[in-house]
Amino acid sequence: MKTVNRPVRKKDAMQLLTGQPVYTDDIAPKDCLIVKLLRSPHANAVVETIRTDIAKKVPGIEAIYTWEDIPQDGRRYTIAGQTYPEASPYDRLILDRHVRYVGDPVAIVAGEDEKAVDKALSLIKVTYEVLEPVLDFRKAKDAPILVHPEENWESLCPVGAENKRNLCAHEESGSGDIEAVLADCDLMIDRVYHTKACQQTMMETFRTFCTIDAYGRLHVVSSTQIVFHCRRIIANALHIPKSMVRVGKPRIGGGFGAKQTAVSEVYPAFVTWKTKKPSKIIFTREESMTASTPRHEMEIRIRLGAMKNGWIRGIDMYTLSNTGAYGEHGPTTVGLTGHKAIPLYGRAEAFHFDCDVVYTNVMAAGAYRGYGATQGLFAVESAVNELAAMLKMDPFRLRELNIVREGEVMPAYFDQVNSSCALDRCLKKVHEMIRWEEKYPVRDMGNGKVRSVGMGMALQGSGIAGLDVGSATLRLGDENTYNLTIGAADMGTGCDTILAQIAAEVLDCDLDNIMVFGADTDASPYDSGSYASSTTYVTGKAVELCALKLREQICRLGAKLLHCEESQVEFDGKKVYALSKSRETLLEEEETKAGESLAEKRADAGESLAEKESDAEEPLAEKGTDVSEPPAEKGTDVGESLAKKGEDTGESLAEKGTDVGESQETGTAAPCVSLEEIAAAAMSGNEISLEAAYTHSSPISPPPFMVGAVELETDLLTGEVKVIEFDACVDCGTPVNPNLARVQAEGGIVQGIGMALTENITYDGKGRVSENSLMQYKIPTRLDMGEIHVEFESSYEDTGPFGAKSIGEIVINTPLPSIADALYHATGHRYYELPITPEQIAMAAEVLEKEA
Amino acid sequence: MLITITLNHKKITSEVSPDTLLIDWVRAQGCASVKRGCETANCGLCTVFLEEKPVLSCSVLAVRADGKRVTTLEGLQEEAAEFGAFIADQGAEQCGFCNPGFVMNALALFREKPDPTEEEIREYLAGNLCRCSGYEGQMRGILNFLAWKKEKKSAKEEVR
Repeated sequence: MKTVNRPVRKKDAMQLLTGQPVYTDDIAPKDCLIVKLLRSPHANAVVETIRTDIAKKVPGIEAIYTWEDIPQDGRRYTIAGQTYPEASPYDRLILDRHVRYVGDPVAIVAGEDEKAVDKALSLIKVTYEVLEPVLDFRKAKDAPILVHPEENWESLCPVGAENKRNLCAHEESGSGDIEAVLADCDLMIDRVYHTKACQQTMMETFRTFCTIDAYGRLHVVSSTQIVFHCRRIIANALHIPKSMVRVGKPRIGGGFGAKQTAVSEVYPAFVTWKTKKPSKIIFTREESMTASTPRHEMEIRIRLGAMKNGWIRGIDMYTLSNTGAYGEHGPTTVGLTGHKAIPLYGRAEAFHFDCDVVYTNVMAAGAYRGYGATQGLFAVESAVNELAAMLKMDPFRLRELNIVREGEVMPAYFDQVNSSCALDRCLKKVHEMIRWEEKYPVRDMGNGKVRSVGMGMALQGSGIAGLDVGSATLRLGDENTYNLTIGAADMGTGCDTILAQIAAEVLDCDLDNIMVFGADTDASPYDSGSYASSTTYVTGKAVELCALKLREQICRLGAKLLHCEESQVEFDGKKVYALSKSRETLLEEEETKAGESLAEKRADAGESLAEKESDAEEPLAEKGTDVSEPPAEKGTDVGESLAKKGEDTGESLAEKGTDVGESQETGTAAPCVSLEEIAAAAMSGNEISLEAAYTHSSPISPPPFMVGAVELETDLLTGEVKVIEFDACVDCGTPVNPNLARVQAEGGIVQGIGMALTENITYDGKGRVSENSLMQYKIPTRLDMGEIHVEFESSYEDTGPFGAKSIGEIVINTPLPSIADALYHATGHRYYELPITPEQIAMAAEVLEKEA
Repeated sequence: MLITITLNHKKITSEVSPDTLLIDWVRAQGCASVKRGCETANCGLCTVFLEEKPVLSCSVLAVRADGKRVTTLEGLQEEAAEFGAFIADQGAEQCGFCNPGFVMNALALFREKPDPTEEEIREYLAGNLCRCSGYEGQMRGILNFLAWKKEKKSAKEEVR
């Protein structure tokens, strides 16, 4: 492969590194109204009175909106970026008289500058009827206090949601008789694990600006992963037609799932729609920490049954998820705790998974890299590590005995076949990388410090099976360049480049010849957006198939210029050649020839060569036909009608073409026409389109796999923990860009280390988040992560572009169980709650010492 | 208040209020490379040079820079591109939002310590947060850049 699987630079890299103005706030019009929100100081309250008359008198104030400006009985909406009909309930109003967490908006203020707006905010007088909040998510289900008592609360999907029970979702699934299996096991681990509402903490906070365009439509430019969902959300919120909204995204300063939810968009959209003036909102870091869309806090009970020989026979899981005040991504994240963790153990005879997602009066949760799998894997992998300790068996050995293998059916993964899997090789690799034999389980350093190791495995999906839609359009332009237009959002991950690599590979051209544009709802083809680890796998496949389709169209016009049948031309990326006979005939002849000439040699060698040749000729075309039946048919219809039209009027063009081709190719064997000439002909008296569009969905979501292991140094006196090294091996299928895949892994691992050791979220008695800045919420610095080593063991996923699966999310998962187990090895105490703080460790060490 | 600041070698006189922060002033002058990632001086995104020393422009009043030289990445384009290319070759720029502050502080480090150890690099840049890269790719890029610099220097000396 020439471009795929190569570590090329990101197309926008140098623009970013030299600080060019490419982000939302850099390109917002200078005359934007500044939009800010007055937020509730109470976790559960009803606005009794709100006075804005004095605030409105502040010079420069354009407008102040309160619940009185929003019909309270109007249809509610969700800000979760999901395919319609969304699983997340419609439970929001732009401004709700009933505020449900500390930070819920009470008023929208728009003014000429920040100072005026700040002053107005301080002059708004609100009286509240303060209600008792639901703050303990363990007591929320069927509690007497309801977070959403309103009648216009609405659940669009059968996810078991009942607002009158504080339930956002409920699911139960299983296979086999779990109770019988557990009863028959030699031993059982029965534990409860707790993870917090961690923050994505992308460096660019939420932000959006809006203008009214030449047609009177609302033009929204936002730092978002989901332009198309965003358009629907804004239209739903404002109760205006979707056709009146256009959403685009510039460069995005990180997302990690946070921007899969329309956290900031609705407010300036409302202001601009009302005032018809440009406006923008820039969330402060404090707002991003206290009124956003963090990970779902979860409590997970695992009952895991096994035999003395290490055979894991059954896993029972109950997940309680805290969605907070609103239900964004509540019904969907929770399923991954079971469905993405249990399938790792392919030898199990039975599983059972039960979950509840509850409303409480804290900040609403949302999508964060890992999306529930992170929490589920922490629980299951920790339980398996505890089992290993009980059995006095090496955790790697225990995994080897039990893991799912390629080709096996995964009952907990919706009975999908494990189509590509190098998990076994990943285990071996990490075992070597960290030098497990030398280090397991713990070494006393003789200075009050110990060095210990721990490990864990992970699984994730590649897009949402049968749901996510990826699309691409490709157009041949002047000077051999192609325009690739996508609706997926590059949020720094490099998908613009990765998708261009796929296009360049198929079109046999340099990466520089592919210009990428994305994403804008007016210009881009429909794409669900960049989330659920879908972009490379789903949209990437759409790009591959789109490029194949464009090749055909290039050949069609080339053939016309060369006066021959389409089947009689070949395109090598630079020229279309006329062949003496049709491609099929030539291929057959070549095969026969090859067979004959080799007949004298060993027969099997000849066969294998012939096979290779035919493989090399056809692999892309074959793949394309296999997967793309319905859209290809459509394409052909259009193509055919165009071709017919072309036949009628195309005579003079064809004549022109011949002149060009012949003059170019005097003295060579095959007449040909160059891509430049084809591009030029396309712009002159032409009716054959050189623009292709393709849309793709995958009926399956092939899982990537990962194994990680950590070495920690723990000070037993103070509880201070230092990460010495983290070693990981990923099976993401073919890494389309090995550099970008590696950095995804490294970045994800460091986020996982943060979640395991330092990133804490706590609430005071009134429901206020204590960690409201980067001062309190400690994400890892470069002094906190030790050395990270990442390797790849690739499987080949037939349904992905060039064998690729996903990598974006899986990479965050393994540090959690690895670190928890390494700390068990260090201190002899098990940790069931994250983050594991020095206090927890020092206290545990002291207790153990006293016992000893 | 009327202040005069030499911004990227250009003298600019402007009226500011006493509480104007340097970050807001330089952004208003068109230096959009300077980013705000927090309000608590934790992230390093807003790093600029004040009299050639790196400072967090979110924690400096514009009036404190009166009569002084301020440099942003806009004034260091060549240096930024030369060093940045090594980060780009690792794919470690990622979302790019922390890049300007990180590049500024890295350039300050190279000026202060042309041949730093890995530990010195980590310590000097500890205040530059990055949520995407996990820092490893940045380190590889820095080490490759320093090796390239060294090679270039020794090649020059050989020619002499």
